[in-house]
Amino acid sequence: MKWLALLAVCATGSLLIYGVSDFPDWGSANSPANGGVEGAGASISEVFIEETETLTKVPNIVTAVLADYRGYDTMFETVVIFAAGMAIFAIIRVMRDTEQTQDKTQLDSSVDGDHQRIIVGTTCRILIPVIQLFALYVVAHGHHSPGGGFQGGVILGASFILIGLAGNLETAMQRFSEKQFVSMACIGIFIYAGFGLLGQFLGGDFLEYGVLQKVLLTDGEPMARSHSMLGVEIGVALTVTAIMFAIYANLASKGELKNGL
Amino acid sequence: MQDFIQNFVQPHFNYWAYVIVMMIGFWALIAKRNLIKKLIGMSIFQSAIILFYVSLGVKDGATIPIIDHHQPAPIHEVSQEGHDAHYNSHGEEEAHHHKPVAAEFVNPLPHVLMLTAIVVGVATLGVALAVSQSIYKDFGTLEEHEILEQIKTGDFHD
Repeated sequence: MKWLALLAVCATGSLLIYGVSDFPDWGSANSPANGGVEGAGASISEVFIEETETLTKVPNIVTAVLADYRGYDTMFETVVIFAAGMAIFAIIRVMRDTEQTQDKTQLDSSVDGDHQRIIVGTTCRILIPVIQLFALYVVAHGHHSPGGGFQGGVILGASFILIGLAGNLETAMQRFSEKQFVSMACIGIFIYAGFGLLGQFLGGDFLEYGVLQKVLLTDGEPMARSHSMLGVEIGVALTVTAIMFAIYANLASKGELKNGL
Repeated sequence: MQDFIQNFVQPHFNYWAYVIVMMIGFWALIAKRNLIKKLIGMSIFQSAIILFYVSLGVKDGATIPIIDHHQPAPIHEVSQEGHDAHYNSHGEEEAHHHKPVAAEFVNPLPHVLMLTAIVVGVATLGVALAVSQSIYKDFGTLEEHEILEQIKTGDFHD
């Protein structure tokens, strides 16, 4: 069996290497991804780079492409995250109450209390607010500097996971309960889809941010697009935060959501 | 050999690296029997794809696709052209109307695609870990052949 696997790996690898020899040189400005084919008009990359700032007033083109040009894609990307979280709940979440057999010492250890974890606990108590503030900055400033909803959401989720790792899951769940993170995940999706539907109600297409100018009261459609992108990114961040923590909490506690690692 | 490396490997170094990394992941996926090792292989495979896309997006002499719109007005150019007064009153306006040159920025699309690929990678890994955890609960093992054995004999609980 191993020989068969080795054969498959070698065959696939050599085919890919064979394909690599036809690739454009690394960093070449004339490769299809960078410059486009000659005589075929402006490439998609050129359009993105040259038009984005006048159309959306968003300097971070990655965010603009993510939230506006490919808004539909990103919405369902968020739905994929949400579905993954729900799938984990369906697979391992234990809904019945298990008997209370945990020993008391483990329950009492928290970020503040446990003697053995005093260094870890103190460090985390100082670090976690900074991490959360940075996460909010990454979300809120995501269309001006590197960042955005996915990145900020992951950092924010990681800060809650850090609470769970430094103390125990109980401590983290006190601050971010199951009810809260499940509803937060739903609210995130609703915010994103809400921006799309609002555009439709105002006479545009689904996820057409330009028409939201009437509601957001901005000067000009480009600013409306910019503000809508921020709103959409906040929705993404809420869902990602909630699902990151949900994945950790479920996996760490074997689906009981209490007394995990 | 020297010739081969200079003509085929060096200009495509990242692509060679992605093929090798991807094949390591592929090997772990199909040859390893432990489910967790398979998942590690899957993650390596995904990283290889990310490396591939990011390598495609590299452009010599270009910077990240974020337009610097707070650039101070280029004073020396203005004094050369000799309409100082006009520029001072509308300096900011003119800076805004500067159209970005496509050659100076990398293509944002590969980065957007990989941004979402990373997050979906996390989601799939989470679900896969949950499934393997529930497999472990039922079979008491994560070794593929032992699980298949138990399924054949019907020797497992739940």
